[in-house]
Amino acid sequence: MARALINVPAKAKKGEIIEIKTMLSHPMETGFRPAADGKLVPRNIIKRFVCTYDGEAVFSADLFPAISANPFLSFTLVATNSGVITFSWTDDNGQTQVQTAKIEVA
Amino acid sequence: MKTQILSTQISKTDPSRRTFLAGAAGAAVCVIAPSARATPEEMAQAIKDFTGGKPVREGGVEVDIPVLLESGHSVPTIVRVDSPMNAQNYVRAIAVFNERNPQPNVGVFHLTPRSGRAFVSTRIRLGDSQKVVAVAQMSDGSFRSGSIDVIVTLPACVEGA
Repeated sequence: MARALINVPAKAKKGEIIEIKTMLSHPMETGFRPAADGKLVPRNIIKRFVCTYDGEAVFSADLFPAISANPFLSFTLVATNSGVITFSWTDDNGQTQVQTAKIEVA
Repeated sequence: MKTQILSTQISKTDPSRRTFLAGAAGAAVCVIAPSARATPEEMAQAIKDFTGGKPVREGGVEVDIPVLLESGHSVPTIVRVDSPMNAQNYVRAIAVFNERNPQPNVGVFHLTPRSGRAFVSTRIRLGDSQKVVAVAQMSDGSFRSGSIDVIVTLPACVEGA
């Protein structure tokens, strides 16, 4: 669907709080903006973001048109064990983009 | 003498030029009709929908946005909540609201004890100078809130934005 940027530390100590940064290339079309022909451009936004850590949903977000284009989200997680962190973005058309990042916890 | 005439000519043309410029700027900026905007009452209703009508205590929620913004297109917004974030006492959700965009809702962020910190950072659109409110739902079911008033010089409803 689009290009995603994810920043997850490759290594962390057990119990350490790590900051995750994510950004997806997406227009976040609000549905309030008229095109050159005067008609409103149909809404198409990322409405749902979910972050899972070893299969458990640890952070999620319901987004509205007031989130800027190329939605950026940053949040924290406790590094509990080595594993895979999965990120998924779903837009109004039902398209979902999934990205993963590996983390090594010592 | 010549300069006097010139200045009167300028002052004659100036008002219409100003009106034109103001009109052009108005047309470009206010592509959204005033009636299509949210109001403080709509924001209060949106907050009520989120809390289910439960009381919201002010304090303990920090909304971090630069107070003076050059552009409303991509406004860095950070919300922090005072919470130990352990299994017994954590922030379940943080909802962000505004009072003068077309819609009062901005986003709802769901946290867990595994978040470690009650922190979320994103970038939002602001259609005007206004108040931004964050409401946090705590694990015991209570609600807290924090807000900030920001000034936006170029709102996020300009065409082509």
